[in-house]
Amino acid sequence: MNDSGRPRTSRMTNNTGELESIARRIRRAAVRMSHDADVPHLGSSLSCVDILTALYWATARIDPAKPDAPGRDRIILSKGHAVSSLYAALSYRGFFPETTLASFGRPGACLAEHPYPGCVPGIEAATGSLGHGLSLGLGMALAGKTLGLDYRTFVVLSDGECNEGSVWEAAMMAPAQKLDNLTAIIDYNRWQATGRSEEVLALAPLAEKWKAFGWRTQEVDGHDMAALLRALRAPSGGDEKPSVIVAKTVKGKGVSFMEDNNNWHYRVPNEEELKNALKELE
Amino acid sequence: MRNAFAREITALAEKNEKIVLLSGDIGNKLFDDYKKKVRGRFFNCGVAEANMMSVAAGMAMCGLRPVTYTIASFSTTRCLEQIRIDIAYHNLPVIIVGVGGGLSYAENGASHQSCEDIAFLSALPNMKIICPGDAMEATLALRKALEQDSPVYLRLGKKGEPAVHQAPPDFAIGKAIIVSKGSEVCLLGVGNMLPTAAAAAKALKEHGITAEVVSLHTAKPLDEELLRAAFSRFSIVATIEEHSIMGGVGSAVAQWLAQAPDQKARLLEFATPDRFFHTAGRQQYARDCFGLTADNICGGILRALKPGKN
Repeated sequence: MNDSGRPRTSRMTNNTGELESIARRIRRAAVRMSHDADVPHLGSSLSCVDILTALYWATARIDPAKPDAPGRDRIILSKGHAVSSLYAALSYRGFFPETTLASFGRPGACLAEHPYPGCVPGIEAATGSLGHGLSLGLGMALAGKTLGLDYRTFVVLSDGECNEGSVWEAAMMAPAQKLDNLTAIIDYNRWQATGRSEEVLALAPLAEKWKAFGWRTQEVDGHDMAALLRALRAPSGGDEKPSVIVAKTVKGKGVSFMEDNNNWHYRVPNEEELKNALKELE
Repeated sequence: MRNAFAREITALAEKNEKIVLLSGDIGNKLFDDYKKKVRGRFFNCGVAEANMMSVAAGMAMCGLRPVTYTIASFSTTRCLEQIRIDIAYHNLPVIIVGVGGGLSYAENGASHQSCEDIAFLSALPNMKIICPGDAMEATLALRKALEQDSPVYLRLGKKGEPAVHQAPPDFAIGKAIIVSKGSEVCLLGVGNMLPTAAAAAKALKEHGITAEVVSLHTAKPLDEELLRAAFSRFSIVATIEEHSIMGGVGSAVAQWLAQAPDQKARLLEFATPDRFFHTAGRQQYARDCFGLTADNICGGILRALKPGKN
């Protein structure tokens, strides 16, 4: 995982240029990890990188040296199949050594294709089966209120994940419990495994659905770092609503021949494609 | 049992601020006293059991001690994946309470009956399953469950079950309770069938057979020490449960027995058959239909003891 000329990525920053550089670095890692470990879901990993970067470097109150601190903000990647980007983000943020990334998917390694409980510091929950993360995050947010702790909980979902009924169970409960400490971010790349997410089930109008469910709803370009930072700011105004950010993204973002091409849900880059992808992500 | 549970959870939550109670939109009046005494720690999760289980897991991840409560079938089969992944896989101390286990809600049809829950949940790593035999055991089981650092499924009956214990017995998870001594037959009563096991022992006595009655309240892990003693001492050991013959406590005991060398006793399983209950009727009628009565159990044991004579 040598990556010469990289910026210092273990500290918080609000500099969008720096954040974009970090995001490119995470994308490079995700492409390499997919290639080296022969692991799919690369398109899904690439679409949520800017969201993860905005969360881990510019929003969440976290200390990689104290990953279990009771007052830390919680971040759950509910779309666990995109975990290569999360592993890279956690590693670059300082939760575990960067050398560990090379073990991704290897037999006996701690970095599995979906994260298991306690695999590496910084993983808040084992995800993989879709539709669990928002409810888990809801429980964490409810615990925060119950315990009198002021942490925030962030859950990153995929748009295809919103097929799951449990997402909408949580969508009804969070406003009922006035969980303004809970933020859902939907990586709306408009694809799910086998088709357009607006066609497989009637997903649209997605933002309006969340609004109707009682959430403070924002729509942003999920690759515009400044817009993401604004949207992720702690809500003010005291309406006690949970927040959802519908982040419009591009599956395979950052690699021209992967962008909005759903073949890259399951495809793994070959040597030539790896080389070309890394070149584009420099 | 449910009233005993409500009283005990109230008393425990008053002392332990980490306890939170999550309900799947039932138990409104049942928990009035809890809600009055334990302010801010009752959460009605609505008719959304899958979400409730994950919410409980999320709360446990943050150091709380969640107890979920709804009808047994909705507590288990409705949300099995959330229990499997979010609670069992993470090995979290969530107590899942299923009220009305087995045929308690027979009159409401198979949707409300729960004769497969032990089978489903016993397959989950990290999961312990307790089926209290009466209200006193339910109280003690809840106390012990809250001492665990791992998931527990507490399978309750409904209400008005006969009391078996006159005084609180020693209760430990995974340790069966000998209710009354006997010398020829051992009746392992599971959960709300414990009173029936006791009644079957009385019926056997009239035939000159002394039966030991045991509350096998923990379906997982099994009390192997008790089983070793029972299968070496008695000529017949019977499991009696309001659960399917497929994957219940009888199956677990049979699995244990198949690998236990040189056991003397024969195993008899009294359970619900591998079919749904397709008729109207309340719990006792359903038990009658499925042979889960003291008379039928007594008869089955006598036939096994003296083949051809009864």
